[in-house]
Amino acid sequence: MSQELRINNNKFIDQTTRLSFKFNGEKLYGYKGDTLASALLANNIHLVGRSFKYHRPRGIMTCGSEEPNAIVQIGNDPSLTDPNVRATEIELYEGLEAFSQNCWPNVKFDIGGINNFLSPLLPAGFYYKTFMWPASFWEKYEFFIRHSAGLGKSPSKPDPDIYDHKYYHCDVLVVGGGISGIMAAKLSAENNNETLLLDDKNTLGGATIYQNNDCFQIDGTHTNYWLEKEIKKIKNIKNLTIKTRTSLAAYHGYNYLLAKENLTDHLSPDERKGKIRQRLWKIRAKKVIIASGSIERPLIFNNNDRPGIMLSSAIKKFIDFYGVKTGKEISLFTNNDSAYETVISLKKSGVNIVSIIDIRDKSSSKIVKEVEKHNIKIYWNHTIVNTEGYRRISFIEIMKLSDDGSGVIGKKIKLKTDCLGISGGWTPMVHLFTQSGGKLKFRSDDNVFLPDKNKTPSDQISIGSCNGDFDIKDIILNSNRDVKTFLGIESSPFDNLKVESSKEEKKKNIWLLPSDKPIGKTKPFLDFQNDSTAKDVKLALREGFKSIEHVKRYTTTGMGTDQGKLSNMHALGIIAETTGTNMGELGTTTFRPPYTPLTFGAIVGRNIGEFFDHIRKTAMHNWHVQNKAKFENVGQWKRAWYYPKNGETMFEAVQRESKAARESVGILDASTLGKIDIQGTDASEFLNRVYTNAWSKLAIGKCRYGLMLNEDGMVYDDGVTTRLGENHYIMTTTTGGAANVLSKLEDYLQTEWPELDVYLTTVTDHFSTISICGPNSKKILSKVIPDLDLSDQSFPHMSFKNSKINGIKCRVMRISFTGEHSYEINIQSNYAKNVWELCMDAGKDYNITPYGTETMHLLRAEKGFIITGQDTDGTMTPSDLQMDWIIGKKKFDFIGKRSLYRSDTIRDDRKQLVGLLTDDPREILEEGAQIVEKLNQKPIEMLGHVTSSYFSPNLNKSIALAVMKSGKKLKGKKFFVPMENKNINVTVTDTVFFDKENKRLNA
Amino acid sequence: MFIINCPYCGERDQTEFSSGGEAHIVRPKQPTELSDDEWAEFLFMRKNIKGIQFERWNHSHGCRKWFNVVRDTSNDKIHAVYKMGEKPPVNK
Repeated sequence: MSQELRINNNKFIDQTTRLSFKFNGEKLYGYKGDTLASALLANNIHLVGRSFKYHRPRGIMTCGSEEPNAIVQIGNDPSLTDPNVRATEIELYEGLEAFSQNCWPNVKFDIGGINNFLSPLLPAGFYYKTFMWPASFWEKYEFFIRHSAGLGKSPSKPDPDIYDHKYYHCDVLVVGGGISGIMAAKLSAENNNETLLLDDKNTLGGATIYQNNDCFQIDGTHTNYWLEKEIKKIKNIKNLTIKTRTSLAAYHGYNYLLAKENLTDHLSPDERKGKIRQRLWKIRAKKVIIASGSIERPLIFNNNDRPGIMLSSAIKKFIDFYGVKTGKEISLFTNNDSAYETVISLKKSGVNIVSIIDIRDKSSSKIVKEVEKHNIKIYWNHTIVNTEGYRRISFIEIMKLSDDGSGVIGKKIKLKTDCLGISGGWTPMVHLFTQSGGKLKFRSDDNVFLPDKNKTPSDQISIGSCNGDFDIKDIILNSNRDVKTFLGIESSPFDNLKVESSKEEKKKNIWLLPSDKPIGKTKPFLDFQNDSTAKDVKLALREGFKSIEHVKRYTTTGMGTDQGKLSNMHALGIIAETTGTNMGELGTTTFRPPYTPLTFGAIVGRNIGEFFDHIRKTAMHNWHVQNKAKFENVGQWKRAWYYPKNGETMFEAVQRESKAARESVGILDASTLGKIDIQGTDASEFLNRVYTNAWSKLAIGKCRYGLMLNEDGMVYDDGVTTRLGENHYIMTTTTGGAANVLSKLEDYLQTEWPELDVYLTTVTDHFSTISICGPNSKKILSKVIPDLDLSDQSFPHMSFKNSKINGIKCRVMRISFTGEHSYEINIQSNYAKNVWELCMDAGKDYNITPYGTETMHLLRAEKGFIITGQDTDGTMTPSDLQMDWIIGKKKFDFIGKRSLYRSDTIRDDRKQLVGLLTDDPREILEEGAQIVEKLNQKPIEMLGHVTSSYFSPNLNKSIALAVMKSGKKLKGKKFFVPMENKNINVTVTDTVFFDKENKRLNA
Repeated sequence: MFIINCPYCGERDQTEFSSGGEAHIVRPKQPTELSDDEWAEFLFMRKNIKGIQFERWNHSHGCRKWFNVVRDTSNDKIHAVYKMGEKPPVNK
């Protein structure tokens, strides 16, 4: 293999450990310590992908998380493949397989590249403008747009990896392990603070760790040597925890932060087995020190996107850290001093520098003088007007800038180069600061947005280059001073460091560099991933977009997976320049979490499969399972839905169960209904206030159905409440409403009526409920509890008795949700399964039939009993439900009473509950189906909808409940229920279909 | 995600609590004597302030007690926490 671009550098790269990997099927080699990007560059591969819109060839541009171009698909296993991975961040491992994205058939020859030639036809907003009409064509456009949308391929099979969450509390969190972060962590930990230091790289030290330039020294040594020693020292501090490969994703209020730790992405597939892939850290820190650094800005000029054009700082890292030359004849294009550091690094490694193009008039700083010693041609006051080279840059064309910098003059010079470093200054990474609620201020000297100290949330500071200090002297001095003040530290080992640096003297900035061609004929890219150019931004402004947020969305600048880390500042600069606004006034777009993409796996952690949500099972659950019940989810409860026998369908099972319950006896597990124990001297008064009907006169030992409203008069919940004693009630609620009803009652007791002596205790889990219903229910109960007097005189409908089963106390209610003679046994849950089996045994001779929720719903619908949440939807008053009888009109007040005669609730054209019968008794309506009167009307008027619908085996016809406008007045009228392929004729009826006289209750 | 100092339990994570909307809205003692407009004022009208807001919170996954919180909605800073029935410790 050719590794002629490698230099001998064993500090960070283990050149004794060779790793093989594949890129687009080609087998290549790199070394341990490489990223995919550095390994590709060492193999002289720059072209790694195609741009999103024009499919232009694109290369590796950066060396970090800001990378817009080099995003690849890792692996092709349908459950493990990972799209949109930045080649600059993924560490090389043995057997890594990566593929270019957004190209077909391959990255070197891409059919989509035709878009590049069509680009004059594809301006900003092209899709919005083009696919608007004719509207009916949308479905055809959509197919093609969807096909070309999106980057990368998502995995198509479930993710087998393990993800984890961890909660962490500390005194001080330091984000970023560059020089200022290392200093802060040391100061903090040595002064008695539990400290956590995070860095997203695998090596601490940021950019200083490979800075071995003579111009920058600390205490007489190169900055990298000094920092290396410091890092060694801090690793031994006992209350300092250091986490590398851990990137801060989000900074929320009250110093709550999320970080993602990568545990196995750098390992070979064999080494990963059984290990946790990623861990999401949920950190609560008393104080936070942000030292997230800065990233270099590109320069915006014609054709600035060719493979081989890279940030100058990236070229420096590739040579100094990874030992990789990014080209053989490199040029640099800059507006500041930092490109000169790259030049010195390259020179040291023997790389040929073609030229330096600097838009400034001159600079006489130390580092520039150092470069001048090497006899390298510097073109002062020049700019690049064009570049050439399709799959790799080959030539640059430069011209002299006019006096005001808005145009170019003189002769064009053409220079051969195979790599171009660009440096447009630095952008502080203020993402985390603004996420936490901090506000930015603008520094016009070098056009940067910085944390505003006066608008910083408490208990945090920003230090180092993310705070706008770019010079090593300033970084050390200010970080030391600010951390000391922040943590209340008197003296520091960094107080008397002797720091030498090269002070940058001159700054010059041109957001959009001029070309000899008119702007319409140029391609100055701003957002490399989304292919938006300076032209697009200007077009958006001409079309009337003013707000930066609107321009962003219209041009898609900054909306790629890199979130515009490189492009946003230039977009702002060009907008400010074009509109004549001050950049500081313009502000920035909002920085939203996460800072870099998070996997869904990390977000959900262990909460998958059976751990996704809590599952509640009744005491009889295993019996239902053994008896082949199908289950239905009701809230978190698993409820037996129906019990199919001998291959029955659901319909058949429910028909059989429903018939058995009415003809002989059925048994239902009703344990999931909410149960609230209510005690206290004011319990009766309390019930009077929360239910619509009267409770004071309910005798001890009696049960009553109650309807509960919201303060707006709408039905909220219902259930039977039993008076157990003078000051003791037990309330039942719906299964789904149990928790909310308890909360609501507690709210009123604590806030509106604290004077009431009432205590509420939830006993839903403590008692299980077995409901036995049907004409033979009495016979079953008399077998299970032989000494209980079940005569109608002693134990009438709507009453309750304390009893015992085999010595175990139980409560028996004679209440009915089916209209049949029925009983409910409430018993301590750990005995319930046993009692259930006793009942089944006792019912053998009577064909006792277990039935599930579906049959329960059918039986109650035959009787016209509502289910809150099914026949009501938060807009139904008792009167709408034809339940005026349950309103205690004489009561002084109850929750929702006043709302029952608001102008809106007394309208008689409200939707009201009705019964519906289909003209063809075999036709079953669909729940949710609309009801109409005139089929030819356009638009057709919807009069209501079906809420409950079943085929009743006991009536041998289909029945339905529905809500309809002015329903109360419609009895006997005919309507249509239009379905996809037919119209069903229906007639409005009474809501009670079965046993209208309630004879069966006492049968 | 803020931290609330429950007056009964102490500092706890926001996830343990549920919000109950604007505080100090007293349920009328005699609703039947109110006009539709007056009742609607109680029933529907809520402030939505950017800045200092008086709110009800419930320690629903803790002691289940309701209490009041003075919170700046612009930065989630909690200025005071006080029990139901107590006077706000800062000017309303």
